[in-house]
Amino acid sequence: MATEPATTEFTLDTAQLLAEEEHGRSIVGRSPWYLAWRRLRRNKVALTAFALFVLVVAVSAAAPLYADHVAHTTASANHPTENVKVGSKIVPVISQGGTYTDPKTHELRVKPVNIIGPTWWHAGGKFVLGADENGRDNAVRLLYGGRNSLIVGVGSAFLCTLFAVILALIAGYYGGVADWVITRFFDLIWAFPVILLAIALGAALSINGLHWNLRLFHVNLESGSLWIPTIVISYVLIPYIGRPLRGQILSLREKEFVEAAVAQGAGPLRIMFGEILPNIASSALVFFTLVVANNILLEAALSFLGAGIQDPNPSWGKLISEGQDRILTAPWLTITPGIAIVVTVVALNIFGDGLRDALDPRAKVRIEH
Amino acid sequence: MLAFVIRRLIGAIAVLIGVSFIVFLIFIVVPGGDPATRLAGKNANDQLIANIKHNWGFDRPFYTQYGIMMKKAFTGKLVSYTNQTNVTTQIKEGLAATFSLSIGAAIIWMAFGILVGVISAVKAGRWSDRVITIVALIGISMPVFWLGILTRYFFAEKHTWFPDGEYVGLTQNPFQWFWHLLLPWLVLAVLFIGVYGRVLRGNMLDAINEDYVRTARAKGLDPRRVLIKHVLRNSLIPIVTLFGLDFAAVLGGGAILTETVFDLHGVGQYAAQSIGAFDLPPIMGVTLFGAFFIVLFSAIVDFIYAFLDPRIRPA
Repeated sequence: MATEPATTEFTLDTAQLLAEEEHGRSIVGRSPWYLAWRRLRRNKVALTAFALFVLVVAVSAAAPLYADHVAHTTASANHPTENVKVGSKIVPVISQGGTYTDPKTHELRVKPVNIIGPTWWHAGGKFVLGADENGRDNAVRLLYGGRNSLIVGVGSAFLCTLFAVILALIAGYYGGVADWVITRFFDLIWAFPVILLAIALGAALSINGLHWNLRLFHVNLESGSLWIPTIVISYVLIPYIGRPLRGQILSLREKEFVEAAVAQGAGPLRIMFGEILPNIASSALVFFTLVVANNILLEAALSFLGAGIQDPNPSWGKLISEGQDRILTAPWLTITPGIAIVVTVVALNIFGDGLRDALDPRAKVRIEH
Repeated sequence: MLAFVIRRLIGAIAVLIGVSFIVFLIFIVVPGGDPATRLAGKNANDQLIANIKHNWGFDRPFYTQYGIMMKKAFTGKLVSYTNQTNVTTQIKEGLAATFSLSIGAAIIWMAFGILVGVISAVKAGRWSDRVITIVALIGISMPVFWLGILTRYFFAEKHTWFPDGEYVGLTQNPFQWFWHLLLPWLVLAVLFIGVYGRVLRGNMLDAINEDYVRTARAKGLDPRRVLIKHVLRNSLIPIVTLFGLDFAAVLGGGAILTETVFDLHGVGQYAAQSIGAFDLPPIMGVTLFGAFFIVLFSAIVDFIYAFLDPRIRPA
């Protein structure tokens, strides 16, 4: 495998050192997390980005409320034959096509099928962002899709970080055979193009779902389950977090505080989780933020190709894929979910960068695509 | 050096064996249930499923199954049961488009990535740096297929400035080849320009503060010469690693989204179409093919490294 870039050591202690350098005043008695928070608080751009992400999450979580009380529909309800009052005009949701005779020239003309576009707020909250070819409310579907995309993005990032941290702790602490096996496992996953591996897994699991019925272990996931894309996406990115963390743990293991813990009679579990884990927690947190951003993109790509979230659940990627066939007549169907993705991912990336700068500006934490 | 190359090649072969085993696990073992039903595709009858079960050895132990799968993959006998086409032939047909797309995009992203990185590092902290940083951030946060769809819609469908998708062979018509690929190249390159620009900017800012740069400046060298010969050269080393892996991934079908959006009929799009039909053997073939390229290229990157930097060459 390719040579890894040297990982700068990155712990909460560095945040303390930096704060000391900067303020030149006593900071005794402050926890490193507090000092990092103090740095982050000054970074208005990062905080704004975080607020934006929280807003996206809140709005998506409120999807059922919006559907019930504002748009008066559901994510899958079709309204192909209805009419909507936009301002003072009555407009059909989907205008019927067909032919008509031109009153002046008496020629037969074809009337195109027109789908209602964004009404903004002129229709009392209905079809704010237009409709799709079945007369479904695009804004409602966007919110429900956002819910699924965020659940899968955050859920898979959490699983991914959790497994990566555990594997890195075992590999870094025990070394030897355990380290060899885990590093080789990372190497093997690393050898696949991320998107192809995710597609392979996603496609294989989407056909009949995941069924394991072993003696003690029963897993039965149907093919439409949100768990499948979550598991697939979390799995393919494990080495991207696990490798750099393992590097840090290897150097932390040689530190005096670990020796001190050993001398006090601490067992492996206490050393791993009580001594080493707090020192890599800040890296893991930054990785987690950036991986959420990355996973939302990956989920969108998988769903776009049909190997991610399955029917009947909407997701941002699936909405784009459904909308692309109608881009000439109804471009809002493609444009709006894309904007939702870009806003969310940009917000998370800016916040992730800010978080890293707050915890340690000298560290190099990066997610590769 | 020869010993290093041999050892590295043996390592690469070991990784390939591991990779093929993972592919076997993904398609045959992990999903559980009957693998024959999965491979047969959506509209399979019982007879076909029974045939596959026998042909692939699903009634025999797992190592025999693995052996049969590898034999099929490497002798070019992997067949799609949905449309009866040979997977190897299909992959070969897609190679020209995929390679044209990857090589052109790689040239663009490398050139612009370096340009963006150098400009923002030199102008660090000024408004041009900020603008570039924000644009690069948006570039890496954009789904590539969305950018592709919008570009195609705006430049090829709404205004017919560019051809609307499809691939034209280089030997068939070099000008049309270039003209058809221009949009896909740019779309595919955007993400990488953002990533490379950001990485290079960081590396250069680190390098500018190094002692050897101060020494070079103190000697009275031309600042531009210091920037290019001393700062940029050293900052490019990590970019070479990144480039090797990214380029391999794109060659091996990783440009699946761009290929699909622009209808280029490359290797990636072949996989994408197979997903739509839930046709597994082609996906299996393309995954193996992609992993093969990454393993090969990471070995090549290591050789180049060893050639460039003697410290890495193990004794």
